[in-house]
Amino acid sequence: MCWFIQTFKSSLGKKYIMAITGFLLGGFLLVHALGNSSVFWGGEAFNSYAHHLHSMGPLVPLFEICLLAVFCLHIITAGYLFFENRAARGSQYAVQTSAGGRTWGSKTMPYTGIIILLFILLHLVNFHFPEKTVEKPISVFVVEVLHGPQALLYLIGLAALLLHISHGFWSLLQTLGISHPKYDQPLRVLAWILAGFMGAVFILVTLLVLFCKSYLAI
Amino acid sequence: MASKTINILVKIWRQNGPYVQGCLEEYPLRDISTDMSFLEMMDVLNENLTRKGQEPIAFDSDCREGICGMCGAVVNGTAHGPQKETTLCQLHMRQFHDGDTVVIEPFRSRGLPIVKDLVVDRSALDRIIQAGGYVSVNTGSPKDANTILVPQHVAEKAMDAAACIGCGACAAACPNGVPMLFLGAKVSQLALLPQGKLESKKRAIEMVLQMDKEGFGNCGNERECENVCPKGIKISNIARLNREFLKASFTIDH
Repeated sequence: MCWFIQTFKSSLGKKYIMAITGFLLGGFLLVHALGNSSVFWGGEAFNSYAHHLHSMGPLVPLFEICLLAVFCLHIITAGYLFFENRAARGSQYAVQTSAGGRTWGSKTMPYTGIIILLFILLHLVNFHFPEKTVEKPISVFVVEVLHGPQALLYLIGLAALLLHISHGFWSLLQTLGISHPKYDQPLRVLAWILAGFMGAVFILVTLLVLFCKSYLAI
Repeated sequence: MASKTINILVKIWRQNGPYVQGCLEEYPLRDISTDMSFLEMMDVLNENLTRKGQEPIAFDSDCREGICGMCGAVVNGTAHGPQKETTLCQLHMRQFHDGDTVVIEPFRSRGLPIVKDLVVDRSALDRIIQAGGYVSVNTGSPKDANTILVPQHVAEKAMDAAACIGCGACAAACPNGVPMLFLGAKVSQLALLPQGKLESKKRAIEMVLQMDKEGFGNCGNERECENVCPKGIKISNIARLNREFLKASFTIDH
């Protein structure tokens, strides 16, 4: 068998796929969080950020296709791992306790993943597919969606995301073998801080628009 | 400390053979000395059962000193019981209280099938070792001492990994049923030393592929294994295995 296929078909190989795609998605998430933080400087700042992003021409669809490919690879591999692991567990224990290793994040990875997938689909329907014009810029869409009951769905989706990356960021380092007694604990803390920062930005943006509609007025 | 006796209720997984349905059965035990080891308590129970003409409970044990890796069961949901870094044979009844219910189940993982009651077949772990967990040494006259230099701290680290007794508790505790800590330790103990470096690439690949063949799952970095390992082996050994396999897959030239 070709060494490349053999490597990525193995249990460790599949974990490498999860780690590398997870890293790329994490990178996208960081840029997305930084971009969204322009909301804090008002509607005009936010619209001009969106405008600048879309003036990159053919780079935008190219980036979107790459992102879609990474997403699909992450989701398909995750599905494969979920069913494989469930079968490998065999029978369940009558008494189920944690010895202290599992966290809420690690325990719920497949389930938070599904919630995030549904949330992303909703997010795309809300903001990606509708036509944005000079009369109706992105900030108007944001107010329409988040200043209403849908904000609750966003908060649920973001909570799932926060839980997912609270395990995911450290886990991807461990999977790629990035561990050393000197900086394993600092890296774990850093991964939590990064996850917390991103979660905080997204959740604050949602709460800001939910409770203070005028903040995004142009 | 004065010894005392306790009365407990044990619920034990009874299963007559590999392919039959098993279930938990209850056995009340009276006057169990807290100085007894867990397995001595099991011996007392088996004597009671034999006297009554019932089938005794099948369980594995050998050295009863915590070094052979033969014993092991899941006690109240934790592999090797509640005491950290302790094998089942070294666990004592003073860890339990009067009136406690103690649920004893076999290690569960698809790769470690149940033979009978609490006995599981761990030969999958042997086959993983056979796939690459060794060093090839040419026989001949003995070498001079210190011809291969090993720094003390490296020797210590290799020895920490070599403490693995291959009991399979890591696979039993793993939500995905994978003995990744075992594999990490077995790869690390050799990869760290000059004698093991020669075959490190082949070893990492062969052992991982064998583990997959045995029907184990995929590591999810849940860290349950680290918390039940009777020898206190750390998941930094799994990270080393991850590095070794990645490096080996992309650079091996045969």
